Amino acid sequence: MTDGNGELSTGNRGSADHWIAGARPSTATSGVAENVLFEYLLRLADDRLVLGHRLSEWCGHGPILEEDIALANIALDLVGQASMLLKLAGEVEGKGRNEDTLAYFRDAVAFRNVQLVELPNGDFAATIVRQFLFDAWDVLVLERLSSAPNESLAGIAAKALKEAKYHLRHSAEWVRMLGDGTAESHARAQRALDEMWPYAGELFLMDDTDRAAIATGNGVDVEALRARWQQTVDQVFGEATLTIPRNAFAPRGGRIGRHTEHLGRMLADMQSLARAHPGASW
Amino acid sequence: MTNDRSAATTPAASTPETQWDLWEVFTQEGAGAPHEHAGSVHATTAEHAMQNARDVYARRGKVVSLWVVPTTAIVASAPSDAGPLFDPGNDKAYRHPQFYKVPRGVRGL
Repeated sequence: MTDGNGELSTGNRGSADHWIAGARPSTATSGVAENVLFEYLLRLADDRLVLGHRLSEWCGHGPILEEDIALANIALDLVGQASMLLKLAGEVEGKGRNEDTLAYFRDAVAFRNVQLVELPNGDFAATIVRQFLFDAWDVLVLERLSSAPNESLAGIAAKALKEAKYHLRHSAEWVRMLGDGTAESHARAQRALDEMWPYAGELFLMDDTDRAAIATGNGVDVEALRARWQQTVDQVFGEATLTIPRNAFAPRGGRIGRHTEHLGRMLADMQSLARAHPGASW
Repeated sequence: MTNDRSAATTPAASTPETQWDLWEVFTQEGAGAPHEHAGSVHATTAEHAMQNARDVYARRGKVVSLWVVPTTAIVASAPSDAGPLFDPGNDKAYRHPQFYKVPRGVRGL
């Protein structure tokens, strides 16, 4: 399954490049979003909200009690980070939207997460490999953001960085255990890597909104982080005896609202309660 | 479990191969405080045990240090040893320190 085909069908395969050059964020008249910081915060927040929700789907289904708890802990960390970032985004936007409005009352096209984090959980190996690819990137991004000039953003990033370092330690250890484990766990981990790897590329794509955010200091030049990320994943996958696939298939578009079919279904589940009972509290 | 029906019907006979090793977890809740037994976790390696201990026993509290120890490394007294080892010797009053007065101002005894 080296071309990423299979369970993780995305609906936009084969259209990898033709639309991205002319694509525009819906809130902008040029390539740059109207409110750069708001748009950038949504990107940061939605990665965490979507991945956190995906992980929460494991609750009660983990392979063993301890891991069930660990996945739920990480899910809570990520949703907590998303909550803080969305709250800040709402304040920056200044249109009266708060973290709940932004989480529960936006549709898939308004979500700004990379496609990697919305992919279905698959088996445990797929969940772990997806998590590891994200965590290795996340630690580097949060390190940079923790010295951002926007103090609220810097504070959130500094808190999240501590959590992310643990997430990486956890997912990296699991990649090693699965890859360098039994024949079955190795095969599953390799299949997961083959499926997930193409989606990691989107973590390092930048558009004009990213560059505008970087210019203010409240954004991260992810292209510049790629070498360090590659070093981490090469090392861990090497220790795990897993082979990184060579693959030209590079899905993209999550940052401007182009998502796989999976996100809509996930949001339907995640948002159903809040939409059925607007304003409910518990 | 294997296809061996006799093994399957006597689960206590041996640990199934799907079961990870057991580790005992000790948590310390402040500098200078003792490490106290918190419980146990299943794990495959020391690093894995440390992570599971953190997730199960240390995430909500004010834990500052964790120990994990393979359960098999613990030497436990046998119930049958309770008499010889622990019979308190209440008939030997001189073994108990109740004749000493604790000076005022001493804390933590």
